[in-house]
Amino acid sequence: MASLAASPDATPPQALPAPREGVSSWPLIDRACYWLCWVTGIGLCVIAIAIVAFMFVKGVAYLRPELFVKSPAASLRQTQSGGFLDPIIGTFIVTAIGTAVATPVGIALGVWLSEYRSPRWLARMVGSSIEILAGVPSIVLALFGLLIVSKRFLSFLSQGSPQGALGESFLDAGLFMALLAMPLIVAATYEALEQVPNRVREASWALGKTRATTIRHVLLPSIRPSMAGGVVLGMGRIIGDTAIVTVLLGLTLTNEAVGSTPIIGTLRGTGSTLTSYIFYNSPAGEGNSHEKAYAAAFVLLMVVLALNALVTRITRGREPGSRAWWSGFLTRVRLIGGPST
Amino acid sequence: MAAAPGDHPRPELAAAVRTDRRAERLLGALAFGAFALIAFMIATVVIKAWPSFSHNGLSWFGSGGNVSTELRVMREGTPLPGHGLAYFRAWPLIWGTIVTTVVAVVLALIISTLAAVFLTEFAPTRVRRVVEPVVRLLAGVPSVIYGLIGILALAPWINDHLLSNSRKQSVIYVVQLNGANLTTASLILTVMILPIMVALCANALAAVPVSWREGSAALGANRWRTIWRVSLRTAWPAIAAATVLATARALGEAVMLAMVAGGTAFAANPLDGLTFFFEPVRPLAAMIFQESEGLTIATLSHTIYAMGAVLLVSATMLSFAGWAAKQPMKRYGVRA
Repeated sequence: MASLAASPDATPPQALPAPREGVSSWPLIDRACYWLCWVTGIGLCVIAIAIVAFMFVKGVAYLRPELFVKSPAASLRQTQSGGFLDPIIGTFIVTAIGTAVATPVGIALGVWLSEYRSPRWLARMVGSSIEILAGVPSIVLALFGLLIVSKRFLSFLSQGSPQGALGESFLDAGLFMALLAMPLIVAATYEALEQVPNRVREASWALGKTRATTIRHVLLPSIRPSMAGGVVLGMGRIIGDTAIVTVLLGLTLTNEAVGSTPIIGTLRGTGSTLTSYIFYNSPAGEGNSHEKAYAAAFVLLMVVLALNALVTRITRGREPGSRAWWSGFLTRVRLIGGPST
Repeated sequence: MAAAPGDHPRPELAAAVRTDRRAERLLGALAFGAFALIAFMIATVVIKAWPSFSHNGLSWFGSGGNVSTELRVMREGTPLPGHGLAYFRAWPLIWGTIVTTVVAVVLALIISTLAAVFLTEFAPTRVRRVVEPVVRLLAGVPSVIYGLIGILALAPWINDHLLSNSRKQSVIYVVQLNGANLTTASLILTVMILPIMVALCANALAAVPVSWREGSAALGANRWRTIWRVSLRTAWPAIAAATVLATARALGEAVMLAMVAGGTAFAANPLDGLTFFFEPVRPLAAMIFQESEGLTIATLSHTIYAMGAVLLVSATMLSFAGWAAKQPMKRYGVRA
């Protein structure tokens, strides 16, 4: 029993050897289930291809070069409602802020959970907290964010209002987007560090290096691809989010700067992102021009696909076994209850 | 080394040890900060929501009255006769969340189990190399794009092809039916939670010890029987955990549901038979999203935070439930 328990961790599971007998000799019900599995697997691909193809056809039909350079304008006439220059810039700013905040914090938390994890009770609590954070709906994160950033002492992040602070700006949205991306980065870092064999750490200690030096110069460089994968996944989550943008970015069509300082003014100002622009132009929003919505959705989907390809590229072949492909979005399950020893 | 860092025989080492301690303390403080932030989040959202709960008591979760009217009253500030301004009955929203989530999760559970079996057992390596990135891609598509496809492609199609005029007439005095309804919402929600479920299930199936499956094969069971009797039975707790986590994701979905679940906060009635699946619903998260412009109005914002608090507490409990569901697997020594 003991060897059984140890074996799955020691060697990555292998597929069963190819069967000598075909499916044709199986009982009817088994054969039906076998084909059902095939149908589901292929069905998933068909759905994905259908989504991408649909967006591609619609996107190419409605995408014009001038959409990229014009600011949106409120108009019912398609020709006068402008393009999505501001939303693209908005998406870029929010993603940049979110990633810049989430990356160092996420890596630090992952390192602490894997390398220090003392006291034990705190490690358990922190592991569970990250887990909970990963499961919190982004709309609730946005509500929480609004509570915080509308306090008067945080009005430097947006602009003052009679109640305290407006609580809607690129800085506000970016900060809480960071909470969205953080669990993914923590999980990627933690899981990668857990896979580094202990002998690597021991070798470094034996050379007289402290734990901090070992982490900084030995462990982190060796897991760089996994960390990068986590960061890119986090970026994908930020780019695709609409709820936080709706509550914390103000949803003005164009990016409205506050004050006259060029960059800081924009960061403190309200604006929109591609996701909110799509919502605004969908039949559910006020703009309701599906051509613009399709065009913007196509651009957004291309960005997401590019990020996806990037993750695959970064993490390919780096992790043992065939588990690499799902590593990003589910390692989080293992964190709860604290890291196992 | 028992010596204090101060009188270390080699001063440059003492400095390194000090840096090390400082790094540990810094990271520990950061970790504590993360924990404190989450605790703080739950506390502040619940406190902000409290006025709505305390005004309505447990009937907050009950039915009665029209949610849209109640919210409009809060926006306008003139209470309904016989009720306080904060009067609110959330049942239609809670019911909307429950039905969309349950339908989507049940569908996704069946599909993802089959797909995971396909990926781990039946698919030739070449096919698997295609399907795995595809699952990842489905996970990466933003929900607003799913919503857009739903509202511009799926909803009109359902309205034209599945929804007969007689069905519309049958409930015309209660609610107006169109393509934005429970079916549309649940189908798209299914596609949205599929990737994480497929990945988790495949992960669990891959963790089943090879020797157990080989033992079954040696007894003469074919591959499907082996999967059914050995792999799925071993991995069952992890599949349950995947279901629970996917549930958490489904109930937090706001944007897509706000777009395709239908415009009215109507409690779809299962007694209507098949028509039930074509009735509009309005889940909690979608309602928060829709009403987020009213967050500056005091009473309305308390109510919105109350909805948020319900979601937050449910999501937190589901996180723990997912962890608890997997515990039986530890007994087998299988780590998935």
